[in-house]
Amino acid sequence: MFGSITAIGMGLAVIGAGIGIGQIGGKAMEAIARQPEAVGDIRANMILMAALVEGAALIAIVIAFLSNNP
Amino acid sequence: MIFLADFTVIVPDFGLLFWTFLIFLLFWFTIGKFAFRPIAEALKQREHDIQDSLDQAKKARQDMANLKAENEELLAQAREERSKILKEAKEVRDRIVAEAKDKAKIEAQKIVADAKEQIEHQKMAAIIELKNQVGAMSLNIAEKVIRKELAGNAKQEAFVNELVGEIKLN
Amino acid sequence: MRRYILSFICLFFLSTFAFSQDHGHDHNDGHGHEQQATTDPHEEGCGHIEEGEFNPGATAFHHISDQNIYNIGPFSLPLPCMLYAPENGWSFFSSGKFHTDDHGHGNGHVAVEGYVLVGGMVHNIRDNSFPDGEVEINNHGFHTTITLEDGKEKEVNAICYNDRLWAVDARSTADGGVFGGGITSFYDFSLTKNVVAMLIVFALMAWLFFSVAKAYKNRAGMAPKGVQTLMETLFVFIQDEVAKPFLGHKWEKFLPFLMSLFFFILGLNLFGQIPIFGGSNVTGNIAVTLVLAVITFFVVNLNGNKNYWEHIFWMPGVPAWVKTILTPVEILGVFIKPVTLTLRLFANITAGHMVIVIFVGLIFMFGKGQWGASLGTAVGSTVLTMFMMSIELLVAFIQAFVFTILTASYIGAATEEAHH
Repeated sequence: MFGSITAIGMGLAVIGAGIGIGQIGGKAMEAIARQPEAVGDIRANMILMAALVEGAALIAIVIAFLSNNP
Repeated sequence: MIFLADFTVIVPDFGLLFWTFLIFLLFWFTIGKFAFRPIAEALKQREHDIQDSLDQAKKARQDMANLKAENEELLAQAREERSKILKEAKEVRDRIVAEAKDKAKIEAQKIVADAKEQIEHQKMAAIIELKNQVGAMSLNIAEKVIRKELAGNAKQEAFVNELVGEIKLN
Repeated sequence: MRRYILSFICLFFLSTFAFSQDHGHDHNDGHGHEQQATTDPHEEGCGHIEEGEFNPGATAFHHISDQNIYNIGPFSLPLPCMLYAPENGWSFFSSGKFHTDDHGHGNGHVAVEGYVLVGGMVHNIRDNSFPDGEVEINNHGFHTTITLEDGKEKEVNAICYNDRLWAVDARSTADGGVFGGGITSFYDFSLTKNVVAMLIVFALMAWLFFSVAKAYKNRAGMAPKGVQTLMETLFVFIQDEVAKPFLGHKWEKFLPFLMSLFFFILGLNLFGQIPIFGGSNVTGNIAVTLVLAVITFFVVNLNGNKNYWEHIFWMPGVPAWVKTILTPVEILGVFIKPVTLTLRLFANITAGHMVIVIFVGLIFMFGKGQWGASLGTAVGSTVLTMFMMSIELLVAFIQAFVFTILTASYIGAATEEAHH
């Protein structure tokens, strides 16, 4: 069966990544509000960090896929 | 029912692997080498040029300021020089005028002296001449008187008067 | 400005409508989708196959997959096929020979040299007794049976010819079976839709950047103009925000590679966003991202200096027992980096394409062929699709940027000089 346990696994992975990316985005906004002149650096680093968090979630999703392969 | 096998994009097939590899390397070695590198060089060159221009402008401004200061100094110097020259010229003029005055005075004095001397000289010569002429005339008169004395008194007297009337003192 | 927005909205409605026409037609007519079968009288000999419902997942899978034909609107343009079967050798022919139907599903009505086109993809008929040359078949899609092999459910696809089912193989894939692929009876080296899209993007980029490079040469010492300005903005952004901060003084050496990565990915991402022009999902295909990540892997590790390898194998400044844990983790990290690069780009682009297809698919899920419901859902899903497409436009740039910036940071870490 495809799309049952896998879906739960993906959902759990996405929760983690969502919290992580939300934290990054929120902190970045705070940082921009505090130092609007550093907006370029903050944005680039925010995207980089979000990409790294996303990478972990993607690995989890793929492993969820693999482990549930019929 | 969906099978993972239908999700064809997650299974890398050999054809696409091969073609992607080929096309990306082609992309890298043609566009990368012959477009991106020249563009980067051109951008760098332009950045360099802009920096150069800015530096040059700064230098020109500096030079201009220097030149202005120099000019002012030169102008001040020139002004000083001018006043000095003017002063000197005035002095020279005064000196020349004074000298000329002195010289003129001396000359004038000399001329006057010369003239006086000349006059004296002339006077002396005239007196001598007069004396000589008076002597000659006296002799002449004396000669004639003596001759008339022999002819009558009245007539002599008339004659002397005539002679005296003839005499003119220059 | 308002006029542009209006025409844009009209265009979206039109494209959604065209799509719904295409699929509505399919649905009303009873033509099979991949999993759907038909009750065509010619195929009765192959047994009864149940009528399928509209399956949004399967439709999405079909639309994002690589194809051996190029669909522009309702037209299927043929592409050259280059197929290699170890048993039969090479076959070269145009996919026009398959006589594809005009519904955009890519089911060919002719078998050529033992190959058939199903769902836009070439499949090989396993049985060598199938007649060679061009054979008329009545192809309305797969007849799927599920078998148990080694205790695993496996799907076997077949087509119907001469009242008999002939099992067909999909092309060989390099996943070793973990994702349901594996080595099969043939290899497909064709110029597929994705390859053609890559060639088009390559040609466009070459034309664009050679003209820009020429402009820099011809207009040296002058201000940039036209497309030069646009490209310069992106170029300088990558150069100053990615290459210089991460690579230090070595940035010039790696600049062509980083720029190639960025503009190749960006070009393909954006090309895939064009709704009617094939909608190719190139960077959403794991083969493409895998190749890019593997090339990055080699560029990073071949340029790694002593300091880099020392930090991997014998991290300085930590106790020996920590090193025994750290070294395997670091070695694993070397391989995980390209894997995450591969998956990130692939997953983002694929997800975007799938979401758009599924939003459009909502029309058929809720509409069920009725005009009123279809039209109502079409309005809603058009708005959702437009929203998704604008997000995808952003994602196209962000993912190209992220791939490049991560590559730059890996190269930067590999070439960094020791400073302690």
